[in-house]
Amino acid sequence: MSQPDVIVENLGKRFGKTEALSGVTFSVSHGELFGLVGPDGAGKTTLFRILTTLSIPDTGTATVLGLDVVRDLWAIRSRVGYMPGRFSLYGDLTVKENLSFFASVFGTTIEKGYDLIAPIYRQIEPFASRRADALSGGMKQKLALSCALVHRPDILFLDEPTTGVDAVSRREFWDQLQTLRASGLTIVVSTPYMDEAMRCDRVALMQGGRILEIDPPAEIGTRYPLPIVSVVGAERYKLLLALREAPHAHSVYPFGAELHFTDDRANLDPSTVAAELREYLISKNFSDIEVKPIEAGIEDSFMELMPPPVQRAS
Amino acid sequence: MTAPARSPATGPAISVNNLTRRFGSFTAVDNISFEVAPGEVFGFLGANGAGKTTAIKMLIGLLAPTSGEARVAGLDIVKQTEDVRRRIGYMSQRFSLYEDLTVLENIALYGGIYGLTNDEIRKRSSTMLQSLGLTDDLVGRLPLGWKQKLAFSVALLHEPAVVFLDEPTGGVDPITRRQFWELIYAAAQRGTTVFVTTHYMDEAEYCDRISIMVDGHIAAIGTPRELKQKWSVLSIDELFVRLARPT
Repeated sequence: MSQPDVIVENLGKRFGKTEALSGVTFSVSHGELFGLVGPDGAGKTTLFRILTTLSIPDTGTATVLGLDVVRDLWAIRSRVGYMPGRFSLYGDLTVKENLSFFASVFGTTIEKGYDLIAPIYRQIEPFASRRADALSGGMKQKLALSCALVHRPDILFLDEPTTGVDAVSRREFWDQLQTLRASGLTIVVSTPYMDEAMRCDRVALMQGGRILEIDPPAEIGTRYPLPIVSVVGAERYKLLLALREAPHAHSVYPFGAELHFTDDRANLDPSTVAAELREYLISKNFSDIEVKPIEAGIEDSFMELMPPPVQRAS
Repeated sequence: MTAPARSPATGPAISVNNLTRRFGSFTAVDNISFEVAPGEVFGFLGANGAGKTTAIKMLIGLLAPTSGEARVAGLDIVKQTEDVRRRIGYMSQRFSLYEDLTVLENIALYGGIYGLTNDEIRKRSSTMLQSLGLTDDLVGRLPLGWKQKLAFSVALLHEPAVVFLDEPTGGVDPITRRQFWELIYAAAQRGTTVFVTTHYMDEAEYCDRISIMVDGHIAAIGTPRELKQKWSVLSIDELFVRLARPT
């Protein structure tokens, strides 16, 4: 096993009173698709800026491709591809001019990188002479990814590439990432959409500058500490309020068409919880309800792990 | 928050008839018609570029239709644009509050714009701070989720008949996202009509009814349950993919 492509140890960064990152430790293996999942303000962008040598950590160390992010910044810069949030394209340059520009900055040409970017770039090539400003969000995203790839980097950092993009385009973007990963490229990608975590090899759940948990996506729910059941019924808002009043209610949250109820008795069998809850709801005059034990998903886990959001003290 | 008394609704909160908007030879919104009932939570879905933003801009009086007509809170969006604006609230992830003003200053500012008296502003400010669990601070210092909850409350300050929410929960953590939806439910229970867009398909299921726009048309409209049955899909996400990318 070779050395991991990214090694981060105890990384910390402050901006004034704000702790943007604190005690962040993880590694990313060669060829891995690694996800950083968390809401705005979790510290994802600060972490990307440190790993791409654009910002210096206050504490801790990080290496990318075996190179130190502080000492070896020039060596790192030529070997990473970075797609910042909001895409950072030149709006008054055309699609092709943007791509040529990024290629020339890295001393290469579109032709030399073409086979790598082709599956993505071909979709926007018909608009090669259109100004980047005039592209739709989905097309901007494809151009930005092409620009980050044109110099054939060894590792790709993508900061929220799917934010503000519709559900279908997001899915297609992840298909493209899987293709790139299959070609052997190491990819670190951040997202606020929890469902996208399922497409990664491993994910780090982030909140408030800290990593809450790192696991393959399928394993995250398995560590859920409490019995959890799904409740479906009409009059959902009333149902939600009633469930919050149930004895032993730990949390009640809407999940799509369902409500997820967790019980504060950690060792109880979920089917017992479901049976009790059904009785309780019938006693509260709810009819035609469906209650069943379920496995926790990634959002259940995230919400259980995340500290309650608090207003920052002034 | 106190429940504001609303005049009994006499017709749909929103009614849209053959609404069309062209830009040159491109038809962004193509002859759409639908209605939204008072107190309904209506999800307005569609892929990027499907025409959602153009449609919303017409409904809130920022863009004139090429043809067709629409009424919001019973008022004609072309002939009574100013009145429409007074009867609606609007918030998006991009436009919300002034970061370098405090919470109370923002409330006072918007209250003033909406023509509330100082007394009304004072009363509503304190109930708002209390119900959101906020203390007065610079808005720029609040976490994103809190800003969004505050922006929503401010959009309701003048007790509008209809509130338009354009991707209100983008980038917000999963707990705050759900708290935000509880604010939406609470507003709807008080009689406010909520017109909301989102890229989170689980949130589509929280709406009373949804529509899905594809290439300027409304490709599907109904309750989430009806739509799932009609198209034989397990989730709105699945339906969205099927409609937006027909194979």
